[in-house]
Amino acid sequence: MSADRKQVILGAYFPGVNHDTVWSDPASGSHIDFASFEHWARTAERGKLDLLFLAEGLRLRTRGDAIFDQDVVGRPDTFTVLASLAAITEDIGLAGTINSTFNEPYELARKFASLDLLSGGRAAWNVVTSFDAPTGENFRRGGFLAPSQRYERAGETLEAVRRLWDSWGSDAVVADRESGRFLRDEHVGDFAVRGNQFDIAGRFSTPRSPQGHPVVLQAGESPAGRDFAAKHSDAIFSRYQQFDEARAFYTDVKARVAKAGRNPDEVKILPSAAVILGDTEAEAHDRHADVRSRQVDPLTSIVLAEMVWNRDLSDVDPDGPVPDLEPTPDAPKWIKGRAPLTQDAHATAEAWRELGRTEGLSLRQVVTKVFDRNVFVGTPGKVAAEIERYVEQEAVDGFILGSHVSPSGLDEVVDRVVPLLQDRGVFRTEYTGTTLRDNLGLEPAERFGEPASA
Amino acid sequence: MSENPLHLAVALDGAGWHPAAWRDPNATPEALFTPGYWTALVQAAERGLLDFATIEDALGLQSDDHLSRTDRRTDRVRGRLDAELIAAFTAPLTSRIGLVPTVTTTHTEPFHIASALATLDHNSLGRAGWRVQTSVRTDEAAHFGRRALPEIRREALGTPEVDAAVADLFEEAADAVEVVRRLWDSWEDGTEIRDAATNRFLDRDKLHHVDFSGRFFSVRGPSIVPRPPQGQPLVVALAHARAAYELAARSADVVFTTPRNAAEVPGIVAEVRAAEQAVGRTGAPLRVLADLVVSVDDDGQEAQDRVRRLDELAEQPLRSDAAVVAGSATELADLVQEWRAASPELDGFRLRPAVLPTDLDAIADGLVPELQRRGAFRSAYDTDSLRERFGLPRPASRYATNEEVAR
Repeated sequence: MSADRKQVILGAYFPGVNHDTVWSDPASGSHIDFASFEHWARTAERGKLDLLFLAEGLRLRTRGDAIFDQDVVGRPDTFTVLASLAAITEDIGLAGTINSTFNEPYELARKFASLDLLSGGRAAWNVVTSFDAPTGENFRRGGFLAPSQRYERAGETLEAVRRLWDSWGSDAVVADRESGRFLRDEHVGDFAVRGNQFDIAGRFSTPRSPQGHPVVLQAGESPAGRDFAAKHSDAIFSRYQQFDEARAFYTDVKARVAKAGRNPDEVKILPSAAVILGDTEAEAHDRHADVRSRQVDPLTSIVLAEMVWNRDLSDVDPDGPVPDLEPTPDAPKWIKGRAPLTQDAHATAEAWRELGRTEGLSLRQVVTKVFDRNVFVGTPGKVAAEIERYVEQEAVDGFILGSHVSPSGLDEVVDRVVPLLQDRGVFRTEYTGTTLRDNLGLEPAERFGEPASA
Repeated sequence: MSENPLHLAVALDGAGWHPAAWRDPNATPEALFTPGYWTALVQAAERGLLDFATIEDALGLQSDDHLSRTDRRTDRVRGRLDAELIAAFTAPLTSRIGLVPTVTTTHTEPFHIASALATLDHNSLGRAGWRVQTSVRTDEAAHFGRRALPEIRREALGTPEVDAAVADLFEEAADAVEVVRRLWDSWEDGTEIRDAATNRFLDRDKLHHVDFSGRFFSVRGPSIVPRPPQGQPLVVALAHARAAYELAARSADVVFTTPRNAAEVPGIVAEVRAAEQAVGRTGAPLRVLADLVVSVDDDGQEAQDRVRRLDELAEQPLRSDAAVVAGSATELADLVQEWRAASPELDGFRLRPAVLPTDLDAIADGLVPELQRRGAFRSAYDTDSLRERFGLPRPASRYATNEEVAR
């Protein structure tokens, strides 16, 4: 293995509630039973992957007034699953998507510090925001947070959480039986945070964890989101994966990181991706076409179009042209519980119509094409070469891999692609670090007034 | 074995319930915040065939006085891991013992609580419980900054103002439990159908909004987590007085009580029954456990010496809201049987080991075998779910239609 090759970062997300998951596949198992998570986690750790990644949902998706019934529905609690996975894994990182809108800094800080302590330094937090009133219907604070405040609250939440993590020094617990001193001093845990969103003070209750600060991921794509990530996060989970746009995103974000006064290497860019393999290129492409036809079935193509049009398109023929109807972005939300697809519905609708006209595609074919942006298709050798190319040519630092089948979809990647990346010298054959920060090549977290090595 | 089997639980907290427990020569205070420490404790409790382990928690640092703000002592164990995450961590490493974390209702979101405990029940295959607790502390309220709670001083207990404040916290707790139980019911059994022929992953007629609206919050639902294996995890609460008995009677499946001696047991059981009447409880009566702080060994002498040594280090005798017992396994087994004889409606005990792991090991390896010898305690786990262990049926979803129940 040559030491100077840039190393690929690989994570795995658990295939869950979206149209990518083909639950009708005979290989598809439970997405709730812990045995499924265990299989997935053990596979990922067998492949020496960097981290496991769980998404989050705080309400069931609805279309009109009806709860979605055609995709996978429901998922277990992120923190609970990660804590259980910590017990049956040794080295792999444990990343949870947790909302900063419907959680308070004190509980976020203690949950992540606890997870980091229980896992020996493997916790990561994918910070997301929500201002979504329908989700607020499940929570005390409701849905009143103005969209303009979403990054303010997220930023203040992160700052507050880091302040709490820093409130215990790594030497705060003395536990000296002889002298009877358990805590170093009476100020351990003291904190005060005052901002526009929070006015909190007191004593934090959980000792400093192995990483000090669990790894922070963020998923912003808008300019505000990119700036937020450049300032606050250790890694960015994006969806840009077509080589040119991935490279543009990478270049843009790394520049923002530098502008924020940080080392660009300190923010890793990790788009989501999936892999479909075949023994030959032709076989891989056949499999891909089959999977796509099941992922974007006629109903799904209508639902995905409805996310742009924000209206009921039940009467539209998925095998006909992209409809001439105008979107109604200002109407009450037709589909709730999914992240919005577009900022400008009219422009997106027109772009889809244009694509349909120029390439002679039906609505379903357009949707299939528009959403077909994150899959490596080919023989294991070709896919490994592609993954290496993306990293070497600075389009990404690595990928968070999903699959259309849970929980066994990762097996093939680990068994057939990871060994080739290892042969190429761009992926670890053993875990070298003890914490997720180590394994990702991130600096240890410093605490105010305390050297990083302490 | 008697008609009404004996239940034994253990309460895990820090280095044990003696404030100087961490200074015992066999304590491992440097390990309190490590996963291995908690795994070993829960596995020891399972070795002793105990019904369940509770794990204490709060949204502020420990204080010698649970009503007061943090006391800034440096000579006591201070600091905690999140109890629900400890329970989740131990779930795959154990197979039979119930896992009952404390989760506070005062500042938390019922939606999150419901999701977390339903998931704990999935991950443990039906062994999850919830110890419901309110927080009266002003410092914990300041950690959230959303509401100010009146400072409650011990000497003010019983005044109308304090009673009203406590009543609010209890009402909020009752609402929280109600919402959580509704969320657990919001997916009927068999909601997930995976019917490829009709392209339906689930039967949406079996999903229900809970539409709870109360003084403290409203929650629409349904849950994000499918119905857990037990239907509803076991809900437990500690109670010392009438208002808390009524909260337990309204909301819990099991109540922990604090008789000081055998003579007090019948009266406390009667108070629990009266509270059930007062709130119009329907369904299974509360299972009643007595809390005991225990120090145990083979001959009793070392258990007493241990407490005495720790009392000296703490510069005060061990005091507790529950009775404190130091003695041999035989003496403790006698006490167990004596209290049960005082009231057949006392279902068992939650033992709070004075020193961990020493007194827990003595429970598992001394007290339990002694009770087994007397035919007073099970010799193997004989049920799968935690609810079954307490003879509680798996509840049907309240939203299931009669037709489906009849089927």
